[in-house]
Amino acid sequence: MSTTMEAVASAARADAPPAIMLDKVNKWYGAMHVLRDVSLNVAMGERLVVCGPSGSGKSTLIRCINRLETHQEGSIKVDGIELSDDLRALDAIRREVGMVFQSFNLFPHLTVLENCTLAPIWVRHMPKAEAETLAMEYLERVKIPEQAQKYPGQLSGGQQQRVAIARALCMKPKIMLFDEPTSALDPEMIKEVLEVMVGLAETGMTMVCVTHEMGFARQVADRVVFMDRGEIVEQGPPGEIFENPRTDRLKLFLSQILRGH
Amino acid sequence: MSTTAIANPIPTPARPAPITLVGPIGWMRANLFAGWVSSLVSLLLLFLIVKWALGFIEWGVINAVWSVPNNQTQACRDLRGTGACWAVITEKHRFILFGTYPYEEQWRAFAAILIFIALFIVSALRRFWRKELLLVWVAALGSIGVLMWGGVLGLAYVPQERWGGLVITLILATFGLAFAFPLAILVALGRRSRLPAIKALCVIYVELIRGVPLISLLFMASVMFPLFLPEGMNIDKLLRAQIAIILFAGAYLAEVVRGGLQALSRGQYEAADALGLSYWKKTGFIVLPQALRLVIPPLVNTFIGFFKDTSLVLIIGIFDLLTAGKTAIIEPAWQGFGIEVYLTVGFIYFCFCFAMSRYSQNLEAELNRHRVR
Ligand SMILES: Nc1ncnc2c1ncn2[C@@H]1O[C@H](COP(=O)(O)OP(=O)(O)O)[C@@H](O)[C@H]1O
Ligand SMILES: [Mg+2]
Repeated sequence: MSTTMEAVASAARADAPPAIMLDKVNKWYGAMHVLRDVSLNVAMGERLVVCGPSGSGKSTLIRCINRLETHQEGSIKVDGIELSDDLRALDAIRREVGMVFQSFNLFPHLTVLENCTLAPIWVRHMPKAEAETLAMEYLERVKIPEQAQKYPGQLSGGQQQRVAIARALCMKPKIMLFDEPTSALDPEMIKEVLEVMVGLAETGMTMVCVTHEMGFARQVADRVVFMDRGEIVEQGPPGEIFENPRTDRLKLFLSQILRGH
Repeated sequence: MSTTAIANPIPTPARPAPITLVGPIGWMRANLFAGWVSSLVSLLLLFLIVKWALGFIEWGVINAVWSVPNNQTQACRDLRGTGACWAVITEKHRFILFGTYPYEEQWRAFAAILIFIALFIVSALRRFWRKELLLVWVAALGSIGVLMWGGVLGLAYVPQERWGGLVITLILATFGLAFAFPLAILVALGRRSRLPAIKALCVIYVELIRGVPLISLLFMASVMFPLFLPEGMNIDKLLRAQIAIILFAGAYLAEVVRGGLQALSRGQYEAADALGLSYWKKTGFIVLPQALRLVIPPLVNTFIGFFKDTSLVLIIGIFDLLTAGKTAIIEPAWQGFGIEVYLTVGFIYFCFCFAMSRYSQNLEAELNRHRVR
């Protein structure tokens, strides 16, 4: 099974070097084994969707990729750089990897524009005017340039999440991580955020999205990874995963989220 | 009729609320005379307030004696308490403000007080909140030092033992908080550090200092500290008291700041990390601005407490505002006029503390605007 998937991915982007390489990654929280021998390669430009039941380790997995969590065994390489305790490697990786959280995590004391320019100015050392032009460009892309001077608390959830996407994009990352970006949103706002994500996928951005939005997965994902209890159970193109689940665990999961929707 | 459809093509115009509901009349009806019990209590309190105010005006203004010729306090004593003897303030105000600072040089101490007040006002205005403000502080505190000590620029040298009064209170409070606050921030951050040594150091510091009264710290600073110094080396008494106050205030403020740090959600740290901000940038741009905004009320509460606690330096023989007031009425001619002196000293303390309190309320409202929808 893994060979078919490898074939799919490499056929799509044969020439691209892998953006993310996980090799037999293991992680424990205390005595709890939350990632079990997870191996996964994400090609440059690939769009990967990760799904699985709550508590299966999806967040932990993508948080390990930008080292918000540390893994204990195995190796993770991002953009060719091995994740370790080396702070310089860490800085380099965080600059290349953007992240969008379930709970937005905008900085409430800064305006939307300041949220977007902070890191370009202080991490990328971009002149302020240039950072602001860039930020306005991305705010336009997520369709809220008119909110630039407002504070996050004055925006709706969907608008906040779009600002969070713009904020991450302002760092011009090579890879974007999304951890359930729509699960804290009201149904009518999910669409506007997904539209922005689809637009981003069309630009060729490397994306790893934890999401249960099957419509989105079908539309943009090159590959869907199903996790359960800290391990990758099945992976393949969205059609195959959703139409022909091979394991009982995936079948059970699909029946649950279909009933939920 | 009951089955016909009803349409109202013209929107009803808004009318002003009845005069009995809004404006001062409405307010009084709602808050003072909402029922007969409420009305009775209001009238009773009003009566007491007016009576007390009239009594105070009679004592403090109408019957008061404002000045007496060369220490002849007979006129004051003849009042037998029916009027205030403000003459004691007229006579002793320089001593209360400047202590035993040489009379001809007291303009220097006065200038220092004015510089302090100007410094407070400039620092309070948000439009001056820039990096340059730090330089202004250094310049202001430096020039206050030059003014008070002298010995340069043609100013006569005035030893620290002769400083006193309001200047001392302002020096202790301003230098104290100016150094204690940054110290407190570092200690609060240190207490949350992942490095065990730094964390332990900060915990020990806070717990040790909080565990003893300020008075005993002041005693230690004045009596025990010199014993540890090498022979012949002597640190100014005021400086020792100042260090004790800084250490004490630092420990308390650190706990206040830590409260603010704890209120911040983990997501804020993670978002800053994910953007690649370094520890100090994360702390300076994301963590502290939010944490400090949250703790403005307890922070100012502690500031006000310490402004007044500086008066404890009297036990090691430093002449602050309160001690100067107390000493002013030791002279036999002026004995018995404590009320007037303490009212005046209390009023000066009140002005500073009330200004801090009001300012903090404005600041809180302004800085937390982003939390209002
Ligand atoms: N900081 C943490 N400390 C201890 N356990 C945690 C922590 N974060 C997550 N876990 C546990 O690890 C498991 C995987 O969590 P997570 O990766 O958040 O799952 P998912 O995102 O798939 O819902 C869960 O059982 C969760 O309770
Ligand atoms: Mg999760």
